[in-house]
Amino acid sequence: MIAELSPGLLLIAGAVLVPVLPFVLRGVWILALPVAGMALLLTLPAGDYGQVEFLGQTLTLLRLDALSRVFGIIFLIAAFLGGLFALHVRAATEHVSALVYAGASLGAVFAGDLVSLFVFWELTAIASVFLIWSRGTERAWKAGLRYLVIQVGSGVLLLAGLLERWAETGSVEFGHIGLDGPGGVLIFLAFGIKCAFPLLHNWLQDAYPEATPTGTVILSAFTTKLAVYALARGFAGTECLIWIGAAMTAFPIFYAVIENDLRRVLAYSLNNQLGFMVVGVGIGTELALNGTAAHAFTHILYKALLFMSMGAVLYRVGTTDATELGGLHKTMPLTTGFCIVGAASISAFPLFSGFVSKSMILSAATYEGHFWIWLVLLFASAGVFHHSGIKIPFFAFFAHDSGKRPKEAPLNMLVAMAIAAVLCVGIGVWPSALYAILPFAVDYLPYTDSHVLSQVQLLLFSALAFTVLLRTGVYPPEMHATNLDSDWLYRRVGREVLHGTYAIARQVDNAVRGSAVRRIERFLYGLYRHHGPSGFLARSWPTGSMVLWVAVLLTAYLVLFDL
Amino acid sequence: MNDRPHDQKPGWLDRRENVRLIARTLYAACAVVLLLDFVIHRHADFETDATWGFYGIYGFVGSVFLVMAAKQMRRILRRPEDYYDR
Repeated sequence: MIAELSPGLLLIAGAVLVPVLPFVLRGVWILALPVAGMALLLTLPAGDYGQVEFLGQTLTLLRLDALSRVFGIIFLIAAFLGGLFALHVRAATEHVSALVYAGASLGAVFAGDLVSLFVFWELTAIASVFLIWSRGTERAWKAGLRYLVIQVGSGVLLLAGLLERWAETGSVEFGHIGLDGPGGVLIFLAFGIKCAFPLLHNWLQDAYPEATPTGTVILSAFTTKLAVYALARGFAGTECLIWIGAAMTAFPIFYAVIENDLRRVLAYSLNNQLGFMVVGVGIGTELALNGTAAHAFTHILYKALLFMSMGAVLYRVGTTDATELGGLHKTMPLTTGFCIVGAASISAFPLFSGFVSKSMILSAATYEGHFWIWLVLLFASAGVFHHSGIKIPFFAFFAHDSGKRPKEAPLNMLVAMAIAAVLCVGIGVWPSALYAILPFAVDYLPYTDSHVLSQVQLLLFSALAFTVLLRTGVYPPEMHATNLDSDWLYRRVGREVLHGTYAIARQVDNAVRGSAVRRIERFLYGLYRHHGPSGFLARSWPTGSMVLWVAVLLTAYLVLFDL
Repeated sequence: MNDRPHDQKPGWLDRRENVRLIARTLYAACAVVLLLDFVIHRHADFETDATWGFYGIYGFVGSVFLVMAAKQMRRILRRPEDYYDR
C-alpha cells in the first residue's frame, strides 16, 4: 500500500517533520523527500492508484500515465533544486511552505478526478503564499494578499465548473473537458488564471518578484506549469488557445524591456515562455503536445536557474534593480557563468535545452500551416533573447560598474545552480533522454542544419540590434518606475471605483434617509394638525350644522333622481 | 570619477578596446551566418523563410521594433515607483 502513495502526499506529510528537526538533519530531510518521491514515481508502472469512494464517485489520487509522469519528474527535480538552493535558510516556514506547495502541485498533477484536483489546486495557493510573506516587507504582505485572493478565486471557479459538470454528466473524471458546456468554460477560466492568460496574468508579475530570494525559485516552477499540464489534459486542441498563447508570447516582452527589477523582468519572460506551451496545447497534435511537455520540462530548469542567479544577487546585494547593479561578474564569476547558461537556454541557443523543446512547438505550428502564429512566435523568440538572454546577465553582471563587490553566492546556492546548469546543457546536447519520457513517441530531429542556422541567424541579429541600439544610445536607460499593467485595473481603477461608489452610496443613503425622515415628520405633523387637541377633525361640531348638511344631501339626491 | 574600489585592478572588460573587439566579433559572426544562407539548403516551411536572409533581417527588425515600441510604451505607462503605495 505504501508503494502506491502519491509522491505529492509524501512531500506534504514529510513537511510536518521539518520544524522539529535540528538544522543539519532538516537539510538532509528536505533533500531526501523529493529523492524518495522520485524513486516511488519511477518504480510504479502506469495505472490508477489510491482510489477512494466519495459521494458515489471514485476519486483517484494517483493516476500515472505518460503525461502526468513527465510533469511529476520535473516537479520533483524542481523541489529538490529549490530545497538545495534554500538550504541555508533558518526559518522553517519557508521550507514547510515549499514542501507542501511542491507536494500539492504533484498531487494535482496526479489527480485523476476534478475533486481531488480542486483540493490540491487550492492547497498550492495557500501553501505558496508563505513564500511571499516570508520576505517580511509591507509590499510583500500586500502582494501576497492579492496573490492569495486571485489564486483562491481560480479554485472557486474550478469548483463551480466541476459541480456544473458533475450535475451535467454525472462524472467528475479529469479527462478531456472542452469548451462545450458552461462547466467547461468555468474550468477553462480557472486554468487560465493560474496559467496567466493575457489580462488574467498580472498576479504573476505582481507577486513573484516580492517573494524571498529562495521563494521565487520555488514559485517559478509549479503553479503555472501545473496550469499548463491541466490545459494539456483538459483542453488539448482547443483552437482559441493558439491565439491566446501567441498573445502571451508577445505582449510581456515589451514590459520586460522597460522593467527595472530584474526578477520582474524574469516574471514577464516566464509569462512569455508559458505562451509557447499554450500554443502547443492549442495546436494539440502529438508533436505539439510533446513540445509543450518538453518545453515545460526545460523551462522549469532554466527559469529556476535564472531566478537562482538573481536570487543569489538579491541575497548578496539586497536588490535586483538594474539601476543599482552592474559589474558583479568581478566578484560573482560563478553565478555570472550559471546565469549565462540559463540565459542561453531560455534563448534557445543550439546545444542548450530551450532549443530542443521550443523548436518542437515552432515546427508543430508550421506543419499545421499557422503562418501568422509562426511569425509571432519567431518575433517572441527574438524578443526573449533580447530581454532574458542579454538584458538579465548584462545589466546585473556587466554594463557599467556599480562599484559593488558582493561575495560569491553561498555553496548550497552554487551547487543548486551548477546542477541546473548541467541539466540545461545536458538536455541541449542529448535531447533523446528528454524525448524518451515525453507523452507520445518522438519522431523529431531538432538538429538539422537548416534549423540550427535559422536560429543562430535570428539570435545573432537580435544581439546585433541590442549592440547597435546600446552603442548609439537609443536603448532606453534603466530607471526606477512602476509600469502600469492590468493590475492597474484593480489596484487603481478598482480602488477609485470602490471609493467613488462608497462616496456616492453615502450621498444616496443620506438623501434617501433624509427624505424618509422628512416624510415621516411631515406625516406626524399632519396627524397632529388634523387629529391633535386643536386639530380640524378633533373639533366638536354643533348638531345644527349636521342637520343642515343632511338636508343639503337629501335635496341633492331628490333633484338628481327627478331628472 | 572612479567609484571602483582602489584595490581592484581594471578587469578585461573595463578596457575599451576589448569591448570593441567583442562588438567586432559579433559583426563578423553575423556576416558569416548570413553568408551561410548561400551554402546551406534551407528546408522551408513557408515561402517567406526561404527568402535569403529572412531570419537575420526578421531578428534585427523585430528586436529594433521591440525596443522602440517599448520605449514609446514607457511614455504612457511609466509612473513613479511608489505609485501604488500612495
